[in-house]
Amino acid sequence: MITGVSIYELLTVTSILFFIGVYGFMTRKNLISILISIELILNASVINFVVINKYLYPDMLQGVIFSLFIIAVAAAETALAVSIIINLYRQISSVEVKDTEIMKY
Amino acid sequence: MNLTYIILIPLIPLLVFLLLGIFNQKIKPKISGYIGVLGLTISATLSFYTAYKYFFQIGKVGGVYQTLTTKTTWMNFTDTLSIDMGILIDPISVMMLCVVSMVSLMVHIYSRGYMKGDDGYTKFFAFLGLFSFSMFGLVLATNLFQIYIFWELVGVSSYLLIGYYYTKPSAVSAAKKAFIVTRFADLGFLIGILIVGYYTGTYDFETLNNSAGSAILNWAATSFMGLSTLTWALILIFIGGAGKSAMFPLHIWLPDAMEGPTPVSALIHAATMVVAGVYLVARLFPMYYFIEDGYALNIVAFVGAFSSLFAAIIAITQTDIKRVLAFSTMSQLGYMMLALGVSGYEGHEGLGYMASMFHLFTHAMFKALLFLGAGSVIHAVHSNLISDMGNLRKYMPVTNITFLIAALAIAGIPPLAGFWSKDEILVAAFEHNKLIYLVGVFVAGLTAFYIFRLYFGIFWGRETKYKHVPSESPLSMTFPLIVLALLSIVGGFIPFSEFVTPDRTGFEAHLNYPLATVAVGVGLIGILLAWVFYKKENRLSDRFANGFGSLYKWSYDKFYFDEIYLFVTKKILFKCVSAPAAWFDRHVVDGTMNLIGNTTVNTSKKIKGLQSGKVQDYAFAFISGVVIIAIVFIYLWTN
Repeated sequence: MITGVSIYELLTVTSILFFIGVYGFMTRKNLISILISIELILNASVINFVVINKYLYPDMLQGVIFSLFIIAVAAAETALAVSIIINLYRQISSVEVKDTEIMKY
Repeated sequence: MNLTYIILIPLIPLLVFLLLGIFNQKIKPKISGYIGVLGLTISATLSFYTAYKYFFQIGKVGGVYQTLTTKTTWMNFTDTLSIDMGILIDPISVMMLCVVSMVSLMVHIYSRGYMKGDDGYTKFFAFLGLFSFSMFGLVLATNLFQIYIFWELVGVSSYLLIGYYYTKPSAVSAAKKAFIVTRFADLGFLIGILIVGYYTGTYDFETLNNSAGSAILNWAATSFMGLSTLTWALILIFIGGAGKSAMFPLHIWLPDAMEGPTPVSALIHAATMVVAGVYLVARLFPMYYFIEDGYALNIVAFVGAFSSLFAAIIAITQTDIKRVLAFSTMSQLGYMMLALGVSGYEGHEGLGYMASMFHLFTHAMFKALLFLGAGSVIHAVHSNLISDMGNLRKYMPVTNITFLIAALAIAGIPPLAGFWSKDEILVAAFEHNKLIYLVGVFVAGLTAFYIFRLYFGIFWGRETKYKHVPSESPLSMTFPLIVLALLSIVGGFIPFSEFVTPDRTGFEAHLNYPLATVAVGVGLIGILLAWVFYKKENRLSDRFANGFGSLYKWSYDKFYFDEIYLFVTKKILFKCVSAPAAWFDRHVVDGTMNLIGNTTVNTSKKIKGLQSGKVQDYAFAFISGVVIIAIVFIYLWTN
């Protein structure tokens, strides 16, 4: 609980963070940038967990512990994504989204 | 009498068929021949044992030969209507067992020589086994449906064997023709069976043939278009029989069926399968006789008489020896049919029935002999045409003598087998219908003429230059000839009327001397004419043929029946029915399906761009969806 800061302001910050991530995900042409955007989305949700835990159920810890889980999963996911991107780079010497279109149909 | 062993008679040929069919490539041809002969020997032995036991050990009970059956229910429809599988033993089925097994055995032995060196030797014996199995099954059937099943099975084996030389287009088309024509006739048979089943509620021969069975006579009163329904059923069943027995106008398949190997012609198209139609009418004889005073039976008589005359006239002018014999077979089958048609039921009245079965028996022997003899000649000369033969008596003494015996037998010269049975038929016809009698006598004369035209043409006549000097066939082929010749000599002395009569009591048949003299006289005239025309090469026969002019031409071309059928099928059926149906199928039925398919393909082509493969596009669609749903929910909530 932070004095002088209400839950609405914090949730507004995380929402902005979330939509920045979504916007980045949509518009970036580089796979690495997209990955970073996904991280933003995840971070927004992690902050949400912590904020809601603190403001609504101050005597519990589930939200905080869950956010730790999400960070761990996000790390694993990032490692996986980066390895896929490296493999892709070895195949087509590019990490641009437009070069991966051959996977359609 | 324990009937269970009788099931071996059909099952052993089936076993032979399966054995030779499955291990076709692994069995040496020689061994497969022995297997076939061995199987049929067992069947024949069992058949003769059955005949001995049935006629002499069990004999008559209360003056009547009993019908012995054993059966299991296969399919049950109602309380009374069920389809059974079983064995029925009565005088005619025992008689047929002997005929079929005897001729089949002889043909098996003969084929070992005739088919030697043929590529499909094992296959040939396998098919013969299949045919023997189906024919035995047909003979032993206990009900209409069982007989129908085996009826179709003999049709299939006949198809397979006619088309045995499947590389020859003519053999293939002959096989198809035989199958389609008989199948077309069997449609009538099937409808007849269904009518019988519907109105009488039973398929069982014993119930159907029970002359005291009031149920059947009651139903006979239900009328349809002026005739009782059961008369219609019997006429339809006769159509099936007429198809199998090559009665006019369903005879067109039989001459073409001669494309098959000659032993097959002897077995299937002379002695056994083609008499199935006669056997069917005989099997249902009490029904034919009692329902509506034998209306259907009269049709049988006239169709038989006409067919016998028609075929005999054609046989005179044919030049292919197997075709002469084919038309002769058709003519003799007509004889059997007319004999059935003029028969009564009780005691001596049943002469026609007995004569028909007697003729079936003797005809099987001498006609098989004629065919096998012709096969022996073809084997030596490598041609089917009379013009390629002549003076063969020097080269093939055994074939000559046996063929002469068979020719005399079919011409009705005493004391050979054909004389006795033909005489009985003529007596029965004389007592019943003078017109049919006259036809019968005339046909007897024609028969004698054409068969001796054939005989003199092959074994006498001019000296022909042969490429290879013909020689007598091997023992495996002459042995069946000799056996069948002996049977053709003694076969007539069997007192058939003691064993086979419609009411099963038996009677003593006497020779009717005036009628017998007439028949023999006519036969001798026929032989004499053939002697004058064909013994030595002369122009007499040509002049005579020219005298008949167009009639000769018509007969030579078989009265253009093939052409009429072709006209009906090609010009009328194909053009007016099949072609519009094909158009409808191609344009409407197929069109609908194509429309559906093409629409799907075109639509998917248009919208497949949506699957761009770009993750961002998908994510955008997803998020748009979420946003839209969110807006909708918020809107609903706030209101």
